[in-house]
Amino acid sequence: MAFVSSGYNPDKPMENRISDIGPRDFNEFLPPVLKNNFGQWKYHDILEPGVLLHVAESGDEVYTVRCGTARLMSITLIREMCDIADAHCDGYLRFTTRNNVEFMVDSKDKCDALKKDLQSRKFDGGSFKFPVGGTGAGVSNIVHTQGWVHCHTPATDASGTVKVIMDDLFEEFTNHNMPAPVRIAVACCLNMCGACHCSDIAVVGIHRKPPLIDHEYLDNVCEIPLAIASCPTGAVRPSKVEIDGKQYKSVAIKEERCMFCGNCYTMCPSLPLSDKEGDGIALMVGGKVSNRISMPKFSKVVVAFIPNEPPRWPTLVKTIRTILDVYKADANKYERLGDWAERIGWERFFEKTGIEFTPHLIDDFRDPAYYTWRQSTQFKF
Amino acid sequence: MAKHKTPLLDQLESGPWPSFVSDLKLEAEVRAKNEKNVNYQIPVEVVEDLLGVLELSFTDGETHWKHGGIVGVFGYGGGVIGRYCDQPEAFPGVAHFHTVRVAQPTGKYYTTEFLRQIIDIWDMRGSGLTNMHGSTGDIVFLGTTTPQLEEIFYELTHDANVDLGGSGSNLRTPAACLGQSRCEYACYDAQGLCYDMTMEFQDELHRPAFPYKFKFKFDACPNSCVCALARSDFSVVGIWKDEIRIDQEAVAAYVGGEFAPNAGAHSGRDWGKFNIQTEVCDNCPSKCITYADNKLTINDKECVHCMHCINTMPRALMIGNDRGASILCGAKAPILDGPQLSSLLVPFIKVEEPYTEVKDVVENIWDWWMEEGKNRERLGETMRRMGFQKLLEVTNTKADPRHVQEPRHNPYIFWKADEVDGPWERDVNEYRKRHQR
Repeated sequence: MAFVSSGYNPDKPMENRISDIGPRDFNEFLPPVLKNNFGQWKYHDILEPGVLLHVAESGDEVYTVRCGTARLMSITLIREMCDIADAHCDGYLRFTTRNNVEFMVDSKDKCDALKKDLQSRKFDGGSFKFPVGGTGAGVSNIVHTQGWVHCHTPATDASGTVKVIMDDLFEEFTNHNMPAPVRIAVACCLNMCGACHCSDIAVVGIHRKPPLIDHEYLDNVCEIPLAIASCPTGAVRPSKVEIDGKQYKSVAIKEERCMFCGNCYTMCPSLPLSDKEGDGIALMVGGKVSNRISMPKFSKVVVAFIPNEPPRWPTLVKTIRTILDVYKADANKYERLGDWAERIGWERFFEKTGIEFTPHLIDDFRDPAYYTWRQSTQFKF
Repeated sequence: MAKHKTPLLDQLESGPWPSFVSDLKLEAEVRAKNEKNVNYQIPVEVVEDLLGVLELSFTDGETHWKHGGIVGVFGYGGGVIGRYCDQPEAFPGVAHFHTVRVAQPTGKYYTTEFLRQIIDIWDMRGSGLTNMHGSTGDIVFLGTTTPQLEEIFYELTHDANVDLGGSGSNLRTPAACLGQSRCEYACYDAQGLCYDMTMEFQDELHRPAFPYKFKFKFDACPNSCVCALARSDFSVVGIWKDEIRIDQEAVAAYVGGEFAPNAGAHSGRDWGKFNIQTEVCDNCPSKCITYADNKLTINDKECVHCMHCINTMPRALMIGNDRGASILCGAKAPILDGPQLSSLLVPFIKVEEPYTEVKDVVENIWDWWMEEGKNRERLGETMRRMGFQKLLEVTNTKADPRHVQEPRHNPYIFWKADEVDGPWERDVNEYRKRHQR
């Protein structure tokens, strides 16, 4: 492993430095059929799950095959995608905003050959490398985060939870059986990187124990006022602590005011809070971002806690499946999960899904909480 | 032979969904064999050790990454997320495991030539693992050591002509839906605007100068495929101002069953014969569509551009010709004061090169927020603390009923002194002449 220089000279770091060039211009990467018909598309069809046809004013056609990916992927797998794109698609491919990969061709014959090739590729363990689907009224890929693979603040894992949920919902990825698209997101802490606050179903890692305080180190590694300002409920205050006769500047945390968000740890490495038994998942439902029929909605917490059960999180998977089965059976065509829950009423949502309603689900965060209570005699028994 | 036993992770190799574990194991093997004779610049066993540390997290139910990590490249204040394992002796391959954010082409279109070029760099100088892509849009190169950062940056900029993405309290990497490249709903060139704005504000992206992070996202229509109004501080959403174009013959083809509703999105289930009344007219949020005497009529003045009818009958209904975008501001995740979606600021703006009007709005917002925003306060929170009226003022926007979902229901109304006849400085003795104590 001998060091190989790129040409960068550490003795003259600013010499030959190129900066502020940004991304490559997307026009360099558009397949010719898209470039020729840019802004001139007439209509589209979903020919089957995972396969789209777009027709331009010119009559030109482009067939797109969409495949699921794990998002976390190796360059060996990307090279395989490149081989596929070279063999079938003149060396073009793209990724979607939900981290699926799309291969495009300009005729039905090429499309069929491409699809067959994609479906034939599997990992040694047996899972599909490029499952075709993710279109229409089904369950597409799960937007997710880093989890235990790379992040320091997670309360759960992302890649693992996503894999087990998608294994269970695989039928829904490869079909158009739902009343409307179902968007699932996973965030491993409530920073909610990604789309959890606006998804049909959202898996959010939560803690249930206040932070530990590393008093002997805190003042050396933390900007104490930042840790104090980081708390949404004002639970953190400055304090002095004596350990073995030595005085330390530190913080105190009022435990009954702490709701374990972990934001003080984000700001201060001496306030770790992860915990095997304490950590787990809150399940949220009913969010959406599109403006179709109803306005965009936030997801709402319907299960306050599901334990982490690696590697396959059975309780989590079963709860999501239960919600989706009830929604699928009960909702009207075009009705997103949140539209359905609001139409039937949340009391009916809990009844139909069999999910227990607990006090944790009642909002108690500042003034806006009041607006989530029920100022009406309109309710169902 | 795998370096670490991974009995828990092994259970994630079964099932139909692409297994990241199988993929990582394969990459570990490829590196161990090194058939291409790559001169690996970070430990060959990096992927093995990542699997090892992940297995440990699956056992412990806790992450094994140390807090934070500040690394980067000269000239920039962001772009690399430093990360160190908290068990470096057990897993030396991931003692350093920094993430490099690489600026992605808008719409995430690639040629295999470009992809191969950048992953060859990563093969030699990184772990060979990626995220395609990060939630904000970046190509994410997952795992390398500090000494490789400048080398990677040098090769990316000199050989692949591509820059880093953003991180920290700055403009993060903008992203767009695929826009006009492959969608008939696109009301403006979302990719073009995204690319132009990314290039215009490179300094703001690479050198943190803001109170906190700031994101742009560009959706070409209200379907929001890149989730602009949920996931960006400055959300540009395409819209039209005139009439939805109707092809009555195509409407008849939907009614007659020749065309599948919603382009076939519900084909997996028998929903009965397409019923234009219940599926389209009755679902219209403003009830401005009627179907009578085999003719579809839309009262466009009452249309709220929700896209439902167009989504349902894409071959019969098309966006109008007077196109532009709405600008909405302030979306954010829950920390600190609760989640926000973006709020409507500019109902309609023309989106044409060189995009000066859109940039003026951004720059006015930044001038205000960079001055007034508190440390780590997102724009959405500054708006809540200082009031939506302030945002209107700084962007020279006239208040409009479209700015609210409903008017306020408390009477705690601020007035400025110059809005009120007579001075605020009043003499209590004058008052007492009229009203005895």
